[in-house]
Amino acid sequence: MDTHAALYEQGKQRLETLRSLPRRHDETIFDKMAQHGITRRDFMKWSASVTAMLALPLPFSTLVAEAAELADRVPLIWLHMAECTGCSESLVRADTPNLDTLIFDHISLEYHETLMAAAGWQAEENLEHALETYKGNYLLAVEGAIPTANNGAFLTVGCKGHTGLEIIKHAAEGAAAIVSVGTCASFGGVQAAYPNPTGAKGVHEVISKPVINLGGCPPSEKNIVGTLMYFIMFGKLPALDMFNRPKWAYGARVHDNCERRGRFDAGEFVEEFGDHGAKEGYCLYKVGCKGPYTYNNCPTERFNHHTSWPVLAGHGCMGCSEPNFWDDMADFEKPLGRQLLHGLDATADTIGAVILGATVVGIGAHAVASVFAQAKED
Amino acid sequence: MSQRVVIDPITRIEGHLRIEVEVDENNVIQNAWSSSTLWRGIEVILKGRTPMDVGLIVQRICGVCTYSHYRCGTEAVENALGVKIPLNAKYLRSLMQTSLYMHDHIVHFYHLHGLDWVDVVSALSADPAKAAQVALKYTDKPIAAGEGELKAVQERVKGFVEKGQLGPFANAYWGNGTYKFTPEQNLIALSHYLKALEVQRVAAEMLAIFGGKQPHPQSLVVGGVTSVRDMLSPARLQEWKQKHAYVTDFIKRAYQADIVMAAEAFGTEPSVLGGVNVKNFLATDDFVLADGEYMFNGGVIMNGDLAGVSDINPDLIAEDVTHAWYSADTAQHPYDGTTVPNYTGFVERDTVYGKLPTLDGDGKYSWVKSPRYNGEPVEVGPLSSLLVSYARGNKVVVDAVNGLLARTGLPVEALFTTLGRTAARMLQTVIVADEGLRTFDALLTNIQSDEATYVKPEIDPAKEYVGHAMIEAPRGMLSHWIRIKGGKVENYQAVVPTTWNAGPKDANGKIGPYEASLIGLKLEDPTKPLEVIRIIHSFDPCMACSVHVMDFKGASLSEFKVSPNGL
Repeated sequence: MDTHAALYEQGKQRLETLRSLPRRHDETIFDKMAQHGITRRDFMKWSASVTAMLALPLPFSTLVAEAAELADRVPLIWLHMAECTGCSESLVRADTPNLDTLIFDHISLEYHETLMAAAGWQAEENLEHALETYKGNYLLAVEGAIPTANNGAFLTVGCKGHTGLEIIKHAAEGAAAIVSVGTCASFGGVQAAYPNPTGAKGVHEVISKPVINLGGCPPSEKNIVGTLMYFIMFGKLPALDMFNRPKWAYGARVHDNCERRGRFDAGEFVEEFGDHGAKEGYCLYKVGCKGPYTYNNCPTERFNHHTSWPVLAGHGCMGCSEPNFWDDMADFEKPLGRQLLHGLDATADTIGAVILGATVVGIGAHAVASVFAQAKED
Repeated sequence: MSQRVVIDPITRIEGHLRIEVEVDENNVIQNAWSSSTLWRGIEVILKGRTPMDVGLIVQRICGVCTYSHYRCGTEAVENALGVKIPLNAKYLRSLMQTSLYMHDHIVHFYHLHGLDWVDVVSALSADPAKAAQVALKYTDKPIAAGEGELKAVQERVKGFVEKGQLGPFANAYWGNGTYKFTPEQNLIALSHYLKALEVQRVAAEMLAIFGGKQPHPQSLVVGGVTSVRDMLSPARLQEWKQKHAYVTDFIKRAYQADIVMAAEAFGTEPSVLGGVNVKNFLATDDFVLADGEYMFNGGVIMNGDLAGVSDINPDLIAEDVTHAWYSADTAQHPYDGTTVPNYTGFVERDTVYGKLPTLDGDGKYSWVKSPRYNGEPVEVGPLSSLLVSYARGNKVVVDAVNGLLARTGLPVEALFTTLGRTAARMLQTVIVADEGLRTFDALLTNIQSDEATYVKPEIDPAKEYVGHAMIEAPRGMLSHWIRIKGGKVENYQAVVPTTWNAGPKDANGKIGPYEASLIGLKLEDPTKPLEVIRIIHSFDPCMACSVHVMDFKGASLSEFKVSPNGL
């Protein structure tokens, strides 16, 4: 059996198991779709596009469809730590009228402080109840970094005054899988930038279980939804890169799929914001774009119902899905130059050469850098 | 015999907020404490970085009013360096701000605040046909409130309520006697809650058109904006205008109507007739309409005296930390403030839920500082902005406020209430949506002859710079203050809306707007303090914003006194 056939078999068995579990919502996904005026045909189109996004062959789209249908069997607990709520905001921005949103409507979201009606003592009860009732089965999504300095006292949540650190350790114990949503939960984020006064860390640094990191400040709702769908479908983590990010979303450099890549190859650069090149859509490398050092699917998926992404709006990528980018990639409006950056310093040299006019050399060296990056990840 | 009520987490807000109140034997609140329980240290992190990166970093203070911090930080640097940005950049920034307000106020009212006014369970016993008639009372063109739509909404929610599985609506305070909508009114509002989920996404797309994405747009730079191609694209401009029309339609036909409905239903409900007990209001000029013209005016109102509105004097702003988890001897002006964290933890005592760690009201009890204007606490937010503009005789605002008062039959005094604060947010949204088109038209005219969006800023490393910016964020007046030395950030501070409103008491024992708003409030059931949540939500809390620090001035982190649970 080839790899895909084995994976397909695994998905089928997983979904069969889920099907045997009790539903937590009375309505099926199809009822919900009907209420939103979404046809079964739309649904199959969505399944196909999620399948493509997850880098799976088209036959898997029937599994995607079935996984969406069975999403209500997987309880989701979403915790807020040291954060700005931008990731939750990204989540509620899913397109309209849209199936991603329906998935969340349909998923069993047991705890989410920004959205839930209960407050205070009653909210804390909901959390304790969910952690206990669904022990071993729930998906844990974490938004925000974990302050660790001074025993984590820079963050307490709930009437009982538990620290964020205590809550994460406790919640991680019973989780079937843990997803760090956004750069703060993944790598510490902005509060972990030098000098990191609160000792903020990514979730994987404070617990001893595998964690999926969804870098991005915030990650697009596509990357959040896709990751959850993968887990529902296969009951395991997807293939991950060297920073535990799903390869299907973070496998290619922003630079590789950038709409301005042709300008880069032609040596056409914006020299100053608002200049002729800016009006013409030239490459933003010289005004600080970090696309060559950043792994994410922003150019293909974009944000807010595909409305835009930073490079389209004329601002370079700031590298927000990479660890330590606040320190390693600043200044954000200047080219990175020759810094060592997880093995990709070769790329920086390359770009230096391109700016000097050696475009052809640049493209060749680019390919070399890509191979190098691949080797590091594997 | 007094009792302590602890509410943590306050949900449906940004960030981590804890409120404690003490009620007497009649369940009337005698004392209140407001605390933020998270500290992130972003201003410390800013030190030593290039001022050009400030906007992108301070934006991460908040993912809700994300654009406000981005703009305020960028403009503080521009102010310090003396950069005058092109007119097109001003217009684009104003259009992004318009988009943010249309998004943020809708989300706040429906998704964060709505369930304090709307009893979801009650909506299930409504008669949809009757509800459709009721909706016509508040607007002649209701949206998402026809009989069929209401019936569908009811059925949608009924399924899981009957099974006892309320999902995100579980374990809330349904049935509390201070919910005043009839079942039919609840059903209309519930339908709008769901419809608003769709509308807010379109409003977010409006910002993304010129901002690249939302949250955390990425198109402002010191010296202007970068989305020049979007500005010069007729298709992009049209896209913004079309989305603007769609969102405005909802604001007029649902949001506006729902507030009139709430004013009628809750007009005699004691828990929303108080709630504005600090009668000092602060707001600044904002929303560029044309060169030099603003939609809302700035000023200070003290003691509720609308006739005595005066200009803001930035020198009179200072922050006190007597009861905040920092050390400092006196209140300090933002340019010269210090912040030495000094966490003292909680104190265990009896509460309505049994023994719990609680706030030490006599000592330090929050990560939020207490900003004061001329030594006095002030409220900021949409109510303050409207009151200042009203007092200034701003015709658009005067007409909007008077129009609403006439429509609801409420007296001017009704503005100084929780209901008034909630209504002011809606009026501000309507004005922003309508007047924002003037900015749009000004941009269209200007780009016929001027395509400039950026001027390159210059920093002389040999010079020292000081600057600040004051803008209106959706939660109220926001100011950022910066010192630049050697071409790097020497000191940085943000005095944010939620800090003004949520700060603990100061050295003189003066309490801030949150705490003051709760004193005298009677609770129906202290173990289910819906009334407290309703009042606090009316301020639109944004806690990550409020927790900021300044300059350590050599303080060592290892010196913090720490006791995680205070036990």
